[in-house]
Amino acid sequence: MAVGTAVPKFHPACENCAIHNAANLKKLGFNMTNWDYMVALVGNPNTGKSTVFNALTGLRQHTGNWPGKTVTRAEGGYNYSDSNYKLVDLPGTYSLMATSLDEEIARDFVLFGQPDVTVVVVDATRLERNLNLVLQVLEITDRVVVCLNLMDEAKRKGLKVDERCLARDLGVPVVATSMRQKEGLPELLKAVDEVASGKVVCRPHRVKDLSKKIETLIAPLVKQIQSLFPTLPNTRWVALRLLDGDQRIIEAVKNGELGKLHQNTPLTLQLEVA
Amino acid sequence: MNTLTINDIFDNVDSIRGKLDTNVHDQITEALYTDAARIADRAVTLPNEKPRFDFDRTLDKIVTSRIWGFPLMILLFTLVFWLTIEGANTPSAMLATLLLDTIYPALKSTVGTIGIPWWLDGLLIDGVYLATAWVIAVMLPPMAIFFPLFTLLEDFGYLPRVAFNLDNMFKKSGAHGKQSLSMMMGFGCNAAGVISTRIIDSPRERLIAIITNNFALCNGRWPTQILVASLFMGALVPSYWGGLISALSVVGVALLGVFFSFAVSWGLSKTVLKGEVSTFSLELPPYRPPNILQTIYTSVIDRTLVVLWRAILFAAPAGAVIWLSANIQIGNLSIAEHMINFLNPFGLLIGLNGVILVAYIVAIPANEIVIPTVLMLTVLSTGAANGMGAGPGVMFEGSETETMALLSMGNWTLLTAVNLMVFSLLHNPCSTTIYTIYKETGSVKWTMIASLLPAAMGVGLCFAIASVWQLFIG
Repeated sequence: MAVGTAVPKFHPACENCAIHNAANLKKLGFNMTNWDYMVALVGNPNTGKSTVFNALTGLRQHTGNWPGKTVTRAEGGYNYSDSNYKLVDLPGTYSLMATSLDEEIARDFVLFGQPDVTVVVVDATRLERNLNLVLQVLEITDRVVVCLNLMDEAKRKGLKVDERCLARDLGVPVVATSMRQKEGLPELLKAVDEVASGKVVCRPHRVKDLSKKIETLIAPLVKQIQSLFPTLPNTRWVALRLLDGDQRIIEAVKNGELGKLHQNTPLTLQLEVA
Repeated sequence: MNTLTINDIFDNVDSIRGKLDTNVHDQITEALYTDAARIADRAVTLPNEKPRFDFDRTLDKIVTSRIWGFPLMILLFTLVFWLTIEGANTPSAMLATLLLDTIYPALKSTVGTIGIPWWLDGLLIDGVYLATAWVIAVMLPPMAIFFPLFTLLEDFGYLPRVAFNLDNMFKKSGAHGKQSLSMMMGFGCNAAGVISTRIIDSPRERLIAIITNNFALCNGRWPTQILVASLFMGALVPSYWGGLISALSVVGVALLGVFFSFAVSWGLSKTVLKGEVSTFSLELPPYRPPNILQTIYTSVIDRTLVVLWRAILFAAPAGAVIWLSANIQIGNLSIAEHMINFLNPFGLLIGLNGVILVAYIVAIPANEIVIPTVLMLTVLSTGAANGMGAGPGVMFEGSETETMALLSMGNWTLLTAVNLMVFSLLHNPCSTTIYTIYKETGSVKWTMIASLLPAAMGVGLCFAIASVWQLFIG
């Protein structure tokens, strides 16, 4: 946020314009000191996460048209609208069930790393499969921006993807992009900024179709977790993970790690929980 | 409200589990899929008409076909190597003229007028400068051609298809299918290939992938392969076939490496690294038109220059070491000559010679400097210094005929050339790769195995070839 900035050199209306701010994007490369917000990049393999990462940070993390290329997480920084952002590129995964090392790295970072915004990069030509991951991210964290990437390819295939309909259904901002052509970059930056600064509050979709029986059975469990860990935004998810026997989560509940999460989060989030 | 403890939560979890008849995991997964399908269905409008011709599917049918998959793969890689070999000749010669025929004498005469001690002049200019210049002249052009071509194939989406083709063979050899991807990386650089095995989850299969990565011919070894192939293999046929035959023999060596990759994986998984093969799903990404200008830019900057810089970093001190070992005398002979004489009998036994073995010891930090070291040491050991090179410890670059003449003075035969190509494929990894293997495995034992196994195989195979050769050809 632009707190305490002197008289702006540009027209005041420019301040809120995505294009103006994107033009003033400062790619900070490896310089990640004093970041205000941390942003995590997740997505299925081969959806263009690294391309997004490079476009924002000015780094040249190698991109390639094959899955499994990013083997560890890469970090970089950028400055947008007077805030410093630290960007973390996580390995591409199809799910966050933590059945493989990649999934575990991505899941643990989204949960325990507490990014201010999680950007899910989605392949517009394979929306259904990609949404699986989006829905799982939405179970864990509220602050999500969906980057609907590869729109150029979708167009080439004759697919029409309605990002506004998608945004409504998912309850989080959705930005249509063609990152290889740098299309949609200003809008993405703006959406990330708005979620990070709390200007936009997400009301994420939570999975519905669980059987009545499970829902009634877990309701008291969710309440218990909530009263023990009042700051958690995702108690229902934690309950389900415990039922599923997720060792990492069981451990985090036992050693109190889970309780320490989200304690410094702004009021808006806590209101959402309550 | 009575106080709640964490144990209450777990008691509750257990009691809920008891009341549930269905698997929670499956239910959650199913719910996710249903929701995803519903949301996607609302957001996506499919095209009214199915396109009559699905380019991706048709192409995939051909490049992953049982019949055409492998021949096409070999054809494509031969084409890439052929373009590299043919295309690199002229710029390499131009760079050599500039760096070695123009700048080198100029440097020498400038230094001569200043009057610094002969040994400093020799160490810096004949040693460090020449080694560096040689590496640039020989490596820069082929890499500047090969890397963009390879990256274009990669960006287009061909590499996952190669992995798909090889997957079944890896599975049969008891290794993980993803090993085909780390092997692909290894063709660029083994150290990078070893790091990329992180995509393999099972420790057993990852170890196999790490140990066998060295069988992927890395770019530091191509200059050796390409030069020896064009000098000896290309010379076997009329000159207009030369380029193609050279390219084919380089591809042959690379395929031999792939074969050993399978064979050793199989051997390891049947003996010390027994276990189940894990399955994985490999998504064939859509073909994408590569962003040509950007690809050339990033592959030249990221790969070519980075690899070249690394080579220079190693070549410069190695140049100094070579010059010193050629100029410090013990008794009547230099250190280098002592080593050559000591290793020569063993070298000849396996169809190589002492010079080559010494060169491989000197070149442990970087495979790139094998050929310049070989040439320099040959000059030293044959006493050809007066006619060809500029003195002991001076690396030089001659035209192909000069190099050939020099090598025949060192008693090189077709057998030496064939075995050098084999040995270049099968020897210990460079020190960077060894260090990377140690960092990735954290085990001295596996690092030793990964380093010594290929070297032992190389010596064994060279010995076998030499024995058969002498039996039939003499």
